[in-house]
Amino acid sequence: MTQTVSRPSESSGVARNAPLPLDVEAIRADFPILTRTVRDGKRLVYLDSGATSQKPRQVLDAERWFYENVNAAPHRGAHQLAEEATGAYEAARATIGGFIGAPEQEIVFTRNTTEAINLVAYALSNAATAKEPEFRTYAVGQGDEIVVTEMEHHANLVPWQQLCERTGATLRWLGLTDDGRLELSNLDTVINERTKLVAITQQSNILGTINPLGDIVARAHEVGALVLVDGAQSVPHQPVDVTELGADFLVFSGHKMLGPTGVGVLWGKYDVLDKLPPFLTGGSMIEVVRMEGSTFAAPPQRFEAGVPMSAQVIGLAAAVEYLQALGMDAVEAHEKALTGYALEKLAEIPGVTVIGPPDTVARGGAVSFTVEDIHPHDVGQVLDDHGIAVRVGHHCAWPVVRRYGVPATTRATFYVHTGYDDIDALADGIRAAQKFFGTV
Amino acid sequence: MQLENMYQEIILDHYKNPHGRGLREPFEAEVHHVNPTCGDEVTLRLHLEGDTIADVSYEGMGCSISQASVSAMYDLVLGKTVPQALEAGEHFMTLMQAKGDPSVAEKLEDELEDAVAFAGVSKYPARIKCALMSWMALKDASARAWGGPA
Ligand SMILES: Cc1ncc(COP(=O)(O)O)c(C=O)c1O
Repeated sequence: MTQTVSRPSESSGVARNAPLPLDVEAIRADFPILTRTVRDGKRLVYLDSGATSQKPRQVLDAERWFYENVNAAPHRGAHQLAEEATGAYEAARATIGGFIGAPEQEIVFTRNTTEAINLVAYALSNAATAKEPEFRTYAVGQGDEIVVTEMEHHANLVPWQQLCERTGATLRWLGLTDDGRLELSNLDTVINERTKLVAITQQSNILGTINPLGDIVARAHEVGALVLVDGAQSVPHQPVDVTELGADFLVFSGHKMLGPTGVGVLWGKYDVLDKLPPFLTGGSMIEVVRMEGSTFAAPPQRFEAGVPMSAQVIGLAAAVEYLQALGMDAVEAHEKALTGYALEKLAEIPGVTVIGPPDTVARGGAVSFTVEDIHPHDVGQVLDDHGIAVRVGHHCAWPVVRRYGVPATTRATFYVHTGYDDIDALADGIRAAQKFFGTV
Repeated sequence: MQLENMYQEIILDHYKNPHGRGLREPFEAEVHHVNPTCGDEVTLRLHLEGDTIADVSYEGMGCSISQASVSAMYDLVLGKTVPQALEAGEHFMTLMQAKGDPSVAEKLEDELEDAVAFAGVSKYPARIKCALMSWMALKDASARAWGGPA
């Protein structure tokens, strides 16, 4: 049993109460939910944006605008509403593509990150039996290997395990170091000539680690493997540009970046998308349908079967515009300052151990920790009693908690409306839990 | 503070000093239950003499609620027949569905003994599963041991 005992270092380098890059009070005023109270009148301290983010009024207004003004099924029908709905839907696609530096024809809307990953995983196994030769380009089968890491969210692990079971391919993975980073010493053997795809997260949802994707993408492409980057925790929190990233796929969820639930994104290089067979089939994704068989539309429509989540896509575009107005550099700097402050605050509390990188170097704002002799559920319960929402458990990354020899952790995550006061409340809440359970 | 409602003294006592903890021989059934949302686990063994519960032994890791619940259950079911223990399990389930209604707890006080202290948990939907895990394990073990080598 290996334990990562990375105590937050003294040198996180953030002056206490240095002004934050974002105007927290002004931003909070945009989030209606932050005005409500919880547990008998307590201010809501929402430190669970990593699970799902709250929504600013601008996003809610955009959805309402769609339903009240142009609601119709995009790409179906010739009436004015259908035209306007299609226009709004496609304009949103361009806005969302622009956010990650991608042309609109490379943006596929899915339900969330999970579905985007499954789309690729099923396309790769469907490829083996596709009747169109070009759809067999990326077929995965016996003798092939898929590479993941030990820090993946279940969404970026289980679909690949299942792909391997369907196709006879082998799953391999990069392990973790004691301080919460990827073990890269065996990169060249884990990623080899047999590797067909490398699926890796950009920011760990439990450790906060930001992975050095450059080296991994380079190695994968050297051996001709595709790379899928899980951006569920990076796209909402740092500038991401697909050209700089160099990967073949990037996936993320709208609901974690101030947008509505029910919409996620698969970005793929057009040449790669164009050679993939569909995952879900049905209306809107076809070219010609006859009783004997059908042909399929070009990307992105090939991967968008059925009437899409139109209002949610419009809402996500509004979320993107909200983030762009703040500036993603500022969002990143804001969270870095908060993370440094949180690591310092937690270090001051005896019995608290951070699971993950101890400082803000190559690290995002997911701060997981344990409190000696108090189970995370009980920590979470006391925090909840103080109005503080955190996540407890294995955070859908069960292998990670197992790797570090803890049953579960408590996790705080930050976003644009988070201020120092929220982190002070967290620290006070942890001390209250220690007092309540008599461990100090 | 609502917390004291849920974390009754009795619960904290069972948590800090669990009764009957540890895996023992002999046993007719062993089951392993997990709570997939949080990773809490319990391994539970059941030893019957005829249809009477002669021992319930267990190991597990989890929050105070899940650990205290298995300890209180141990006290309650030891020496009972399997049907009596399953009936106690039904009462505990009723308590967990009470949404904090004190009249339900009052009615079940005699049947549930210490386990009635978990009434406050029923106000917190996310924690009900923690309290129920060991009871589910006992039900499962009973089904397996029933009719097995006595
Ligand atoms: C890193 C990471 N990947 C994937 C997911 C799955 O996202 P979703 O549940 O929106 O599909 C999440 C969040 O739950 C995540 O944090």
